[in-house]
Amino acid sequence: MANSSGVRDSHPLLEGETTRQESLNEILSSYQGHKEELIPILQHVQRVFGYLPEPAMKRIAKFLKLPESTVFGVGTFYAQFKLVPTGRTIIRVCRGTACHVRGAPSVLAEAEKQLGIRAGQSTPDLAYSLEAIACFGACALAPVMLIGDKFYGRVSPAEVKELLASGQG
Amino acid sequence: MLFADIQKHAVAEWDKLRHGSIPGILVGAGTCGRAAGAEAVLAAVRKELKQRNIDAIVIEVGCIGLCYAEPLMDIIKPGRPRICYKKVTPEIAAQLIEDYLVKDNPRPDLALGTIGRNVVDGIPKLFELPMLKSQVRIVLHNCGFIDPTNIDYYIANGGYRGLVRTLDMKPEDVIEEIKRSGLRGRGGAGFPTGQKWEFCRKSPGREKYIICNADEGDPGAFMNRSLLEGDPHSVLEGMIIGAYAIGAQEGYIYCRAEYPLALERLRIALKQAEEYKLLGDNVLDSGFSFHVKIKEGAGAFVCGEETALMASIEGKRGMPRSRPPFPAQSGLWGKPTNINNVETWASAAVIMQKGADWYASYGTEHSKGTKTFSLAGKVVRTGLIEVPFGATMRQIICEIGGGILEGKRFKAVQTGGPSGGCLPADFVDVPIDYDSLTSAGSIMGSGGMIVMDEDTCVVDIARFFLSFTQLESCGKCIPCRWGTKQMLDILEDITNGKGRSGDIELLQELAQSVKDGSLCGLGQTAPNPVLTSIRYFREEYEAHIEEKRCPALVCNALVSYYIDPEKCQGCMICLRSCPAGAIKGGKRMVHVIDQGKCTKCGTCLNVCPPRFGAIVKTSGEQPAVPTEPTPIGNRGKTRGGQQ
Repeated sequence: MANSSGVRDSHPLLEGETTRQESLNEILSSYQGHKEELIPILQHVQRVFGYLPEPAMKRIAKFLKLPESTVFGVGTFYAQFKLVPTGRTIIRVCRGTACHVRGAPSVLAEAEKQLGIRAGQSTPDLAYSLEAIACFGACALAPVMLIGDKFYGRVSPAEVKELLASGQG
Repeated sequence: MLFADIQKHAVAEWDKLRHGSIPGILVGAGTCGRAAGAEAVLAAVRKELKQRNIDAIVIEVGCIGLCYAEPLMDIIKPGRPRICYKKVTPEIAAQLIEDYLVKDNPRPDLALGTIGRNVVDGIPKLFELPMLKSQVRIVLHNCGFIDPTNIDYYIANGGYRGLVRTLDMKPEDVIEEIKRSGLRGRGGAGFPTGQKWEFCRKSPGREKYIICNADEGDPGAFMNRSLLEGDPHSVLEGMIIGAYAIGAQEGYIYCRAEYPLALERLRIALKQAEEYKLLGDNVLDSGFSFHVKIKEGAGAFVCGEETALMASIEGKRGMPRSRPPFPAQSGLWGKPTNINNVETWASAAVIMQKGADWYASYGTEHSKGTKTFSLAGKVVRTGLIEVPFGATMRQIICEIGGGILEGKRFKAVQTGGPSGGCLPADFVDVPIDYDSLTSAGSIMGSGGMIVMDEDTCVVDIARFFLSFTQLESCGKCIPCRWGTKQMLDILEDITNGKGRSGDIELLQELAQSVKDGSLCGLGQTAPNPVLTSIRYFREEYEAHIEEKRCPALVCNALVSYYIDPEKCQGCMICLRSCPAGAIKGGKRMVHVIDQGKCTKCGTCLNVCPPRFGAIVKTSGEQPAVPTEPTPIGNRGKTRGGQQ
């Protein structure tokens, strides 16, 4: 797996931290073990852990009686799943068509400049991740940006700095 | 409970809002409304009502489609028509409560329109507004009007009557009615819905499935999101009707994870329909049972393709497979399956409520009924609209959309998203239906409509779509996986000023191979934006390739910035703002840009005071400007000397 070893080795699941272990067991206990539950389980794990830790994927494979390669294959196929930890606040800039023609590239460039990272990366302190998203379907308010769960419409590059500061909380 | 009793209760609930003794306040809080600030408006309304001790019904409604004017707030004051207010801020919301609810001044200056028979002086009727006047709202008739989390409001407005009628009919007759309505799949391909249902009904096997495809992945399309957020029960009713007609016991709604609000509203709708026994075991004591599950997508555009979608529901990588066998013979878990799009299911519900003949009275000969479009891009009034087939682009863009932003020139419209095409202004009077768009080289698609003006570069747009499809290709078919990559590389070269003669022909040749060699719709249609833009805007490709010029001044590598020595006032604002330190000058000196250092970020253009307008953005020819700063005082002399 492509994680940097530092991140993987320090993961609580490997350290045997009981609360996290229990939380994975808890997650699995709400499923029946049918193969079609793979994607919902991965989504659930990512909601709790913020990404898909390798040990969790191995456990899921055992739980669903699937080859580890299948679980890994599904985990890498869908854009939603992250194999490395993501920032505590995720900034998403829409790069849909309407946003593109109304200036999303400059909004994204400004967000990259303000955070000092490129789209798809996280800040070293894991405070922020920056993502470019295909389309949120809020095209009439293009360009659109999300800070955490909060939508901002008609964003101009000049506003990005202020929005990032206000969305920290 | 009998449906008649449910209906009676529902109408009573609806009347409490419409003709009750206390005011009703409705805030458009779909995703678009929220992006515009609807949540802050709602909070302000609740706070103000509490402080003033006013009893009122406050509800969140879906989007009425007038997204350009959001956030929208409607006030129903007892004895008065419903008034819709535009661009409401928390301050305006509080002011309206004081002015209208307390002091009885309806504030026509803040209103958009009235809804209902009565009028208010100084406020137009909402449905007489240019954006709504030529629309025919059949599928969207509840969006923005009812609380989508209240099943009673849906029932009071005719909802689930189509299901009741269906349960009294033979399944074959239901299919016949859908056939007679002329309904075609609203997901884009336009296959006749009744025929599709019939295939699945006639397919052998007791276990059958139906699926609602709510994986609306086209960038620039939000019709399904709005419908699910604003009127989820209409989709559910259509599915229950379809299940009865086809003979399915189980259904899935596959909705993309990027639509959290739609998912939430669907979950609520499912629960309510089950409580009223409109869904589940023994629907309305008819002996027919049907269960629905919601599946959340995980972010893969290709899962909008039916075989990939089914693989995803089964928990696999969402990769398409070859057809036949078609889903009607062997679909989900190998059982006969019928997949329709969100809008198709909602249309089926209305058809069963109001009858096939009524529905077929709208539209053209081969495309019956209405179609929703998301109108976005460089148009004055953006939003979600619904028009009968046969309407023209001119009606949609000029009348409904109010024309192009800032009075610029209309250049093209992109329909069908990354699978569709870029149609030039010449098509503005062509009636829109499945067949006319296909013969123009585009497709109907699910209904995204992105308007482009003279400042949009079609080569850049073609590159944009290719970068999307290349990223979203599942990788199964090599022509799609590598062909889109090669096409993207060529388009990037062209937009970066590295285009070569013969690139256009190479793109066309590659496009054909990708179309021919791909298994599913993604690959078969991915080259469409490139092919149509070459067909209609070949001269723009040639300008990029031969003259290294971007006529729309979009492609960064091909544009440059200059300071007009006649206009520069030597104010030093641009010099101080330039992040690259590329501007030379001084107080009362004509500034110059060092082209070697310039990163073309455009900051100088944005900061130069509009009354000076000294920064020039250009592509192609290099204007003759000084290379070193000169004192402004010399300007007149220099000019005199030249003369």
